Amino acid sequence: MAIQRKAIALLSGGLDSLLAVRVIQEQGILVEGVNFFTGFCVEGHTHAIRKKDQEKQKRNNALWAAEQLGIKLHIEDISEEYKDIVLNPQHGYGANLNPCLDCKIFMVGKANAMLNKARQMAEEKGFDFIITGEVIGQRPKSQRKDTMPLIARESGADDRLVRPLCAKLLPPTLPEREGWLDREKLYGFNGRNRKPQMALAKQFGFVDWAQPAGGCCFLTDENYSRKLADLWQSQGRKDYELDDIMLLKVGRHIRPAPHYKLIVSREEGENHFLSGYKKQFNSVNFVSHGGPLTLVDGAPTEDDMLLAARIAARFSKGRDAETVKVELLGKNGVGRIVDVVPMPTDDIPQAWYI
Amino acid sequence: MSEQQTLDTRGLLCPMPVIKTQNAIRKLAVGDILTVLATDPGVLHDIPAWCRINGHKVLDHSQEGRDIRIRIEVCED
Repeated sequence: MAIQRKAIALLSGGLDSLLAVRVIQEQGILVEGVNFFTGFCVEGHTHAIRKKDQEKQKRNNALWAAEQLGIKLHIEDISEEYKDIVLNPQHGYGANLNPCLDCKIFMVGKANAMLNKARQMAEEKGFDFIITGEVIGQRPKSQRKDTMPLIARESGADDRLVRPLCAKLLPPTLPEREGWLDREKLYGFNGRNRKPQMALAKQFGFVDWAQPAGGCCFLTDENYSRKLADLWQSQGRKDYELDDIMLLKVGRHIRPAPHYKLIVSREEGENHFLSGYKKQFNSVNFVSHGGPLTLVDGAPTEDDMLLAARIAARFSKGRDAETVKVELLGKNGVGRIVDVVPMPTDDIPQAWYI
Repeated sequence: MSEQQTLDTRGLLCPMPVIKTQNAIRKLAVGDILTVLATDPGVLHDIPAWCRINGHKVLDHSQEGRDIRIRIEVCED
């Protein structure tokens, strides 16, 4: 009896990885998925935070895709190890602070570690090869003809890395040479045209899939990358904690001076989320009028806190009042009540908005 | 005898509660019961989905204010 071959798939939940898995399943291979949490993942967090999004159906796209495919899914927290990829990408950044090529090498390398049974999970499950939904020419930084062999080589996966959607444009991999996979039943997709994927999705009966704009990573987002660059600049070094990168996803960020910035909540859900950080940051809390909870990050002086309160008051219900009463609360829990004059909108320089 | 364990993920946002649930279940035996406490409403969707695809059973769930509680029976992997 033939050996049941097994593959581990990088599963983002997007269309390409969904199709790549199904193409391989069609050849009788048992597939399991792995999804990596980097801390920069778009889905989940922002929807969970913002109240206006709480009515939307929340789903983890990778879990949803795994269920559609009938495969097991392992979700791994790599946020700590991933720092090195973001801070020191060997192959540089893309258009923003997205280290896409290093990221792909890292993730395939992690899957390869599973395959090699070098890690905890792989001790009990042996995999024969790795699959990804990569398509040549799809992404300018990481999915090019010349990066495909580079990813295979630097991840350590070598010819056990199969890209079912563009395999025909690449040299035969080990599973093809060994006859575990029929190369003729793999595909030769190329470029940014999504029509071949749409047609294949239709053929497989998939009618719904995740379509994240700019991928599923905040680092591809220009606004987010600007805030991250600002964080590094203000710290005087490239580094971050998980809380830092979570907070960059929330609120308006306003920096009146290099040594402090405001994080101004935009709505109730953000208010609730930011309130969990009041013991780690100084904050502005509204007393006389409804207003946004505002965290003040950095080392503000007393005068800076008064200015922060005036700026925050501009976003409060008392923006047109003569004065607004607020509590300036230190992260040590000590507060004082003050009256401040809301700053007129035009007096807040655009350059302060990060 | 089966074990009963509680996992507190309150304050964490998805997918962390799912990852912590997965990692806790890896250390439990078939028949053990894991009670997950959470505040992110996303768990009401994600944890049952994770259980379905990995073959574990959600016994019940309840919600009181922001606090969510999900009981899972560890089944044969």
